Amino acid sequence: MFHWLEKNPFFFAVGVFLVIAYAGIVTILPDFMESARPLKGTKPYTTLQIAGRQVYINNSCNACHSQLIRPFKSETDRYGKYSLSGEYAYDRPFLWGSRRTGPDLHRVGNYRTTDWHENHMLDPAAVVPGSIMPKYGFMFKKSADLETAYAEAYTVKKVFNVPYDKPGMPKLGSYDEAKKAAYKEAGKIVAGMKNQDVKDAYKNGDIKEIVALIAYLNGLK
Amino acid sequence: MQSSNAINYDYTIAKCFTVATIVLGIVGMLVGVIIAFQLAFPELSNLAGEYGTFGRLRPLHTDAVAFGFTASGIFATWYYVGQRVLKVSMAESKFLMFIGRLHFWIYILTVAAVVVSLLMGITTSKEYAEFEWPIDIAIVVLWVLWGVSIFGLIGIRRERVLYISVWYYIATFLGVAMLYLFNNMEVPTYFIAGMGKWYHSVSMYAGSNDAMVQWWYGHNAVAFVFTVPIIAMIYYFLPKESGQPIFSYKLSLLSFWGLMFVYLWAGGHHLLYSTVPDWVQTMGSIFSIILILPSWGSAINMLLTMKGEWGQLKENPLVKFYVLASTFYMLSTLEGPIQAIKSVNALAHFTDWIPGHVHDGTLGWVGFMIIGAIFHMAPRMFRREIYSKKLVEAQFWLQTTGIVMYFTSMWIAGITQGMMWRATDQYGNLAYSFIDTVEVLHPYWTLRAVGGLFFLIGVFMWAYNIYKTATSSRAIEKEPQYASPMA
Repeated sequence: MFHWLEKNPFFFAVGVFLVIAYAGIVTILPDFMESARPLKGTKPYTTLQIAGRQVYINNSCNACHSQLIRPFKSETDRYGKYSLSGEYAYDRPFLWGSRRTGPDLHRVGNYRTTDWHENHMLDPAAVVPGSIMPKYGFMFKKSADLETAYAEAYTVKKVFNVPYDKPGMPKLGSYDEAKKAAYKEAGKIVAGMKNQDVKDAYKNGDIKEIVALIAYLNGLK
Repeated sequence: MQSSNAINYDYTIAKCFTVATIVLGIVGMLVGVIIAFQLAFPELSNLAGEYGTFGRLRPLHTDAVAFGFTASGIFATWYYVGQRVLKVSMAESKFLMFIGRLHFWIYILTVAAVVVSLLMGITTSKEYAEFEWPIDIAIVVLWVLWGVSIFGLIGIRRERVLYISVWYYIATFLGVAMLYLFNNMEVPTYFIAGMGKWYHSVSMYAGSNDAMVQWWYGHNAVAFVFTVPIIAMIYYFLPKESGQPIFSYKLSLLSFWGLMFVYLWAGGHHLLYSTVPDWVQTMGSIFSIILILPSWGSAINMLLTMKGEWGQLKENPLVKFYVLASTFYMLSTLEGPIQAIKSVNALAHFTDWIPGHVHDGTLGWVGFMIIGAIFHMAPRMFRREIYSKKLVEAQFWLQTTGIVMYFTSMWIAGITQGMMWRATDQYGNLAYSFIDTVEVLHPYWTLRAVGGLFFLIGVFMWAYNIYKTATSSRAIEKEPQYASPMA
C-alpha cells in the first residue's frame, strides 16, 4: 500500500490529511459545549475593562504574566483560589500565558489597588525592588480606545450571544450609552490616582490607557 | 532514464529564499539576543519607549525565527530539493516560475507587515498566531501559492516515486494549512459594529476552548514548522553530502506515519493542571511519551546512515552540522516527553526550563539543519566553492558552545525557580516571595544571553561565508556529486 501511495501524490496527501486531522476532532469537539459554559456569577467585561484588556494584549503582558492558578497549595497560597473553566467563558482570547516571568495575575484584583498599580506601572522597581518589569509611562499619555472596545463588546453580543443587557448583567446599549458608562466607571479609578495629567485629561473627557488597564486589572478576581 | 546532470535546474526562487533565510535569521536572532539581555539587565527594556519593551519584542523574536528564518529555510530548500528529487526543472514551466516569484514577493510583503504591526502592538496575543486578520489572509494566500508550487512540480515530475523528503514537504503544507486556518478563526469587529480599528478582531473561541485550540495549534506548529520540514531536509542533505544511502526505508516509513499519527494528540501537554478536561490532559501526556518512538526513529535512521563512515565527521564540517542536528533532535524529543509527564510538568511549567527545551530544539536541530542545508546548496546554486572551510569549522564550534550554554543555564534556572515557588518553611508557609525567585535567576539569564550571542555571531559568520561564496569564491566547472567543495 505504501509503495502505491508514494506513486500517487493525491491519495498520499489525502492519507496524510486524514491521519493528522482526526486527533484534533477527537480531542477538541466532545467537551466543546461544556467548556464554553460560564460559571454562575461570571459576567462579561465592561467596555472600559475591554479597553484595558486590549492595552494588556497590545503590550503582550501575557508574554510574562500568566492568568492560570493551578490546583497546588503553593499556588493557591500565593495567588488565591485555583482557576475554574467557567471563569474564562468570556475571555476571547484566553490569556493564560506560558511563562511566568512575573507573577500570576488571575486574581490580582483581590490584593492590589489602583494606587499600587499607578505607582508600579510608572516605575516597577520603585515599588518592588529588584523588579525587571519595563516602565510603562507611555500608558499615562496614550488614550484608551473606547470605540474598538465597544466594537468588540457589540460583536461578541451579536455573534456569540454574550449576555450584555440581560438582567443582572453589564449594560452595553448604544455607543453613546456605553461611553457614558465607561466615563463614569473611569471616574472612580481616576479619583484614586495622583497623576495630574491623567486627571486633567479625564476632565476633558479623555480616558488614558492606564485608567482602562487598571479597571481591567481591578476586575480580575 | 535521464541523468540528473542533464537537467538544468533553475535556482532563482531558491536563491531568493536563501537571502530571506539569512536576513530574517539575523533579524529574529538579534531580537532574541536583545530580549535575553533585557531579562538579565532590565534597564535595556526602557530604551525605546513602548517599542522596546520585552512584551512587544518577544512575539517579534518568536515569529521572525519561526515564520521568517525557518519558513524561508523551508521554502529555499523546497525550491532546491523539490526539482532534484522529482527530476524536473522549474524552468520547464513558465507558470511555476511565475507562481514561485509571486510566492516570494507576497511572502516578503507579509513579513514586512508582520514586523510593523507587532512593533505597533497589533496582536491577537495567541502565541505564534499573533497576526490580525488582514495578515492572516495574506498568509493563507502565500501558503496556497506554495501548495501550487509543490503540487504543480509534482504534476510534471519525471521521477514517479516520491522521495521521503517530498512526503515531509507535503505533510508540512497540509498540516500548517489545517492548523493555521482553525486556530485563526476570528471575527473582524469593524464589520459587525461599524466602528473602532478596522483590523481588530475577536477570537471565535473563548476561554478553555480557545486555549485548547491554541495549543493544538501551538504544539503542532512546532511539529509542522520545526520538525516535519526539517526532517525533509535531513533526508535529502545528509545522504547527498555524505554519499551514504539512507539506512532503512522501513524505518523511515514507520517514523513518517507514526509521527503524523501521534503528534497531533500531544497538544494537551501544554495545558496540564489547567481547566481543560482532565482526559485531554492525560491523552496529551501519554501521546507525548509515545512520540519518542517516531522521533527517535528518524534520528536513529540518520545516525545509522553514517554507519562505518564516521571518519567523515573529521573531514567534512557539513556532516558535523547534520549529525549534531540529529543528536539535538534526539535530546529535544526526549526532553519534551519528560516535561509532559504530569508530575514533572507541575515543576517545569511556567519556568525557563520550557524555553530552554524549545531552544535546544530550535538552535541545535532547526538552526543547524537549515545552516547546513544552505551550505550544501550554495556551491551548487552559485557554482563556486564554499569560501572558507575554516570559517565553517569556527562557526560550528562557536554555535555549539552557545547552544550548550543556553540550555544548561536554562535548565538550572527553570528547576531552581520551580523549586523556589513551591518551597515552604517549617510552618508550611511559602519560603520565598516572587521577586526572590526572579533575582536568583540573574546569573543564568546572563549566561543564556551570552550563549545566544555566540549563536548570533555564528549566524553572521555563516552569512559572510555564503556572501563570499556567492560573489568571489573560486568557480567550479562541474557540479560536485557528494561532499561540497570548500577552500
